[in-house]
Amino acid sequence: MKAAILQFPGTNCEYDTQYALNKLGAQTTIVWHKDTNLPKDTDFIVLAGGFSYGDYLRCGAIAKFSPIMNSVIDFARSGGHVLGICNGFQILTEVGLLPGALKRNDKLHFISRHHKLKVISNNNSFLNKFQTNETVNIPMAHHDGSYYIDEVSLKELYDHDQVLLKYVDQNNHNTSPNGSTDSIAGICNKNKNVYGLMPHPERAMEKLLGSDDGVKMLEGFFST
Amino acid sequence: MTAIVNIFLKQGVLDAQGKAVFHALKSLHFDTIQDVKIGKRIIVDLDTQDYNQAKEDVTKMCEELLANTVIEDYAIENIK
Repeated sequence: MKAAILQFPGTNCEYDTQYALNKLGAQTTIVWHKDTNLPKDTDFIVLAGGFSYGDYLRCGAIAKFSPIMNSVIDFARSGGHVLGICNGFQILTEVGLLPGALKRNDKLHFISRHHKLKVISNNNSFLNKFQTNETVNIPMAHHDGSYYIDEVSLKELYDHDQVLLKYVDQNNHNTSPNGSTDSIAGICNKNKNVYGLMPHPERAMEKLLGSDDGVKMLEGFFST
Repeated sequence: MTAIVNIFLKQGVLDAQGKAVFHALKSLHFDTIQDVKIGKRIIVDLDTQDYNQAKEDVTKMCEELLANTVIEDYAIENIK
């Protein structure tokens, strides 16, 4: 597995992501946003978390015009696996590879804590090691993670099995800490090769640090 | 020429900041207040004297970058 981890000015989770993927046995390269080509034989791209371009204008809005993004779009359109975590998810919606948009959290707080997530669909590379309704404990850390999608597009998401993860409370009931539509924490595209989620699986790789549930999530990409 | 672009969240998309300011104004006893919307105002200077050209360019800027039309509406005003 050769993974490319994108680095924009303001990205700050690229080394955590590299640690996580290396731990799972991937060969990783951090790719600067001004590069125009991905490393040869890349088979997985991660857009890591952070604050690309200082979140100026809107989160992810300016990163979508970085030179590397043309290669990312081509890679995604030819079926390659792309994962956007947090700011990476925001960039993927801005660029149009994923539907909907991320906006300011409802209560205006920056939320930084572990949160329980429920697996809604396992019919995809990312979550194929899980049963549906299984839960994971994954950290979230964002100010602009309220997922918005209009009703018609929301129905399409469900029709095509694209809703992957939801925020749930301790009793496994849906909850929306940031105001996300239908408690949605993560989605994929129709072709199931582009994935985005606000919480950080790469920060849940070691029991010692609170959770290693991220291992089973990211491992999904290694088995396909 | 200069163009002013106003960007607001679409009707039906929760404006959390507007809502917070609304409640703050209420608590200050501005009893006439009905709603508050918070948006962005972007002033763009252009090196052209052609109104149509300016309008066309700024519209394109809004569609491609300045607004996210999934959640935001934009209005271009005052091109001069």
